[in-house]
Amino acid sequence: MTAVVSPPAARPISLGPRTMRALEALVIPLGALIASALLFSVFLILLGKSPATFFSLIWTGGFGSSFSIQNTLQRSAPLILTGLAFAIPARIGLTLIGAEGALVLGGFTAAAVAIPLVTGGIAPVVTLPLMALSAMAVGAVWIGLAGWLRHYRGVNETISSLLLSYIAVAIMNFFVEGLLRDPASANKPSTMPIGDAYRVGSMPGTSVHWGLAAGLVLAVALWILMTRTTFGFAARMTGGNVRAAKAQGLPVGFLVVACCAIAGACAGLAGFYEVAAVHGQANASLVAGYGFTGILVAFLARQNPLAVVPVAIMFGALAASGGLIQRRMGMPDATVLVLQGIIFVVLLVSETFYGRIPFLQARTTGDRT
Amino acid sequence: MTGADLFIVLIAMVGGAIRVSTPFMFVALGECLTEKSGRINLGHEGNLVLGAMVAYAGSYTTGSPWLGVLMAGCAGLVLGALHGWICKLPKVNDIAVGIAFMSFGTGLAFFFGKPYIQPSAPRLEAIPLGDWTGNSSIAQALQVNPLFFVGIALSVFLWWAFRNMRWGLILRMTGDSAASAKAMGVSVDMVRLLATAAGGFLAGVGGAFLSLYYPGSWNEGLSSGQGLMAVALVIFARWDPVRCVFAALLFGAAGAIGPSLQSIGISQGYYFFNAAPYILTLFIMIASARSKSAAREAPGELSIVK
Repeated sequence: MTAVVSPPAARPISLGPRTMRALEALVIPLGALIASALLFSVFLILLGKSPATFFSLIWTGGFGSSFSIQNTLQRSAPLILTGLAFAIPARIGLTLIGAEGALVLGGFTAAAVAIPLVTGGIAPVVTLPLMALSAMAVGAVWIGLAGWLRHYRGVNETISSLLLSYIAVAIMNFFVEGLLRDPASANKPSTMPIGDAYRVGSMPGTSVHWGLAAGLVLAVALWILMTRTTFGFAARMTGGNVRAAKAQGLPVGFLVVACCAIAGACAGLAGFYEVAAVHGQANASLVAGYGFTGILVAFLARQNPLAVVPVAIMFGALAASGGLIQRRMGMPDATVLVLQGIIFVVLLVSETFYGRIPFLQARTTGDRT
Repeated sequence: MTGADLFIVLIAMVGGAIRVSTPFMFVALGECLTEKSGRINLGHEGNLVLGAMVAYAGSYTTGSPWLGVLMAGCAGLVLGALHGWICKLPKVNDIAVGIAFMSFGTGLAFFFGKPYIQPSAPRLEAIPLGDWTGNSSIAQALQVNPLFFVGIALSVFLWWAFRNMRWGLILRMTGDSAASAKAMGVSVDMVRLLATAAGGFLAGVGGAFLSLYYPGSWNEGLSSGQGLMAVALVIFARWDPVRCVFAALLFGAAGAIGPSLQSIGISQGYYFFNAAPYILTLFIMIASARSKSAAREAPGELSIVK
């Protein structure tokens, strides 16, 4: 008697568990965004402001004209990089919130390295890559240190990375107000300007600096690294279950430090572009909160390097329209912070809905537990 | 540096430690209370900043600084209760929620605090304890704020209550083993919600000290990580309220190095000394992370030490 192979039972929806999970990862954050927009509208109404005006101003300020689109993209470049800086260690199970420090220290290093090179008259073709590399190296060491302390010393990485952030800002202040202070910077202590010849230019046909391109390339490269390579698989496995990864003989310590170093390099590169393309020197303007907004970007992107890009652009638009909202609605610049805080809190509340919304679940059994 | 200079620096450091340590103390006691229940609240930085703003605004509008302190505590209570409520939802990570509340609390404080940066509000009065010495620098250092003594009294009370009062024992049981608490018929979520809310209240009071006493004004750069350092401080103090006070004094002394040296004219490396508390915290965390006695005294349910 031969075994009868029965055809698979017909399903009402023929979507596989992977698709359903992807759909869930899209629907729930979107729902969280809508819910936060509603909550923020209530907040605005309580203050006697019009939510309609607010959201239309965000649209105008973020995407309304070619100028505002370029402004948005300009601001989303560091957010892509700092978003990646949170997302990559998150994949290996670490909550690192020190991207701000790596950005500041990377930017400062780039500016400091530039001083002898620029005064020595070394060509920009040599100087700029050296600045970028040193910024990335310093960022990698800084965040890598938090990862190392986590793995080899058992120090909580969330707290240590934030402490390292404060130390980074203090190191920059120490040098910028002292040894490396440019005497010409009277009101706002800064390092020596790198000069227009040494600035990173804009991408052809736009006024957006090359940091955006770097962010896009890195987002794709890191997506490939995390999802299509053995390294990424091992890292995600470690994130899922450290003990199992150790039992399998995976080099957990190396993976942890490497992921952190990649994250730090991303944040350091963001700092390089802030110095070489935006400010032209290192000063307190580097401490602009990009590192902290990057955390929110990565959370909303569900730690997916590709999804970081559109989310970063959305928050770039929010930042770009801040000034317009301030002028037109007479609201303080912290309005954007309140909205970001509400999104963050609602987003975390929305985590509770994964696996609990009936129509978003795959109809196979045993796939999700 | 002469002997007299050294004396001035030491006295200034003692005074500085007393002044700087008070917000650390309150946040650490709040965090200690929260962590004893088995949950961690990394968002106390948000409570601290919002508390500072609310206290200043409250003192300015009502004219009574103590009313401001109370209002700051209530603002912290609301944030803490929200944190506690969100954390009881399944699949929600308490560390991530803490990060979110750090930015939410700070954002709210900056938003509503804009109109209060300029005006000057009535401050908390200090108790002059050193006037009898007739030495101006000692008298200056011994200007102690009543909140400092409130904090110390509170730490002794908490230390006693954790061992001797019914709610203290329930709190510790919930923190050590949620399963046994459930078996005793205790609502784990409710205990943690109350502990987080009360912890938030204390962190808010810590913020009030910042804006109403030292540095004594409201601006957006008022707090720089004190709320977060307090979390490390609690680990260092091994979840003992009385040890929290000593740890806070140590942190306060580290924070007072820069200003004390400045008082005798040494301003070289001021920014470097600003980083001293963070560096100290980091080293303390490294030292206490793998310590066996810390592991023994840690609440069993705490995610941060697992």
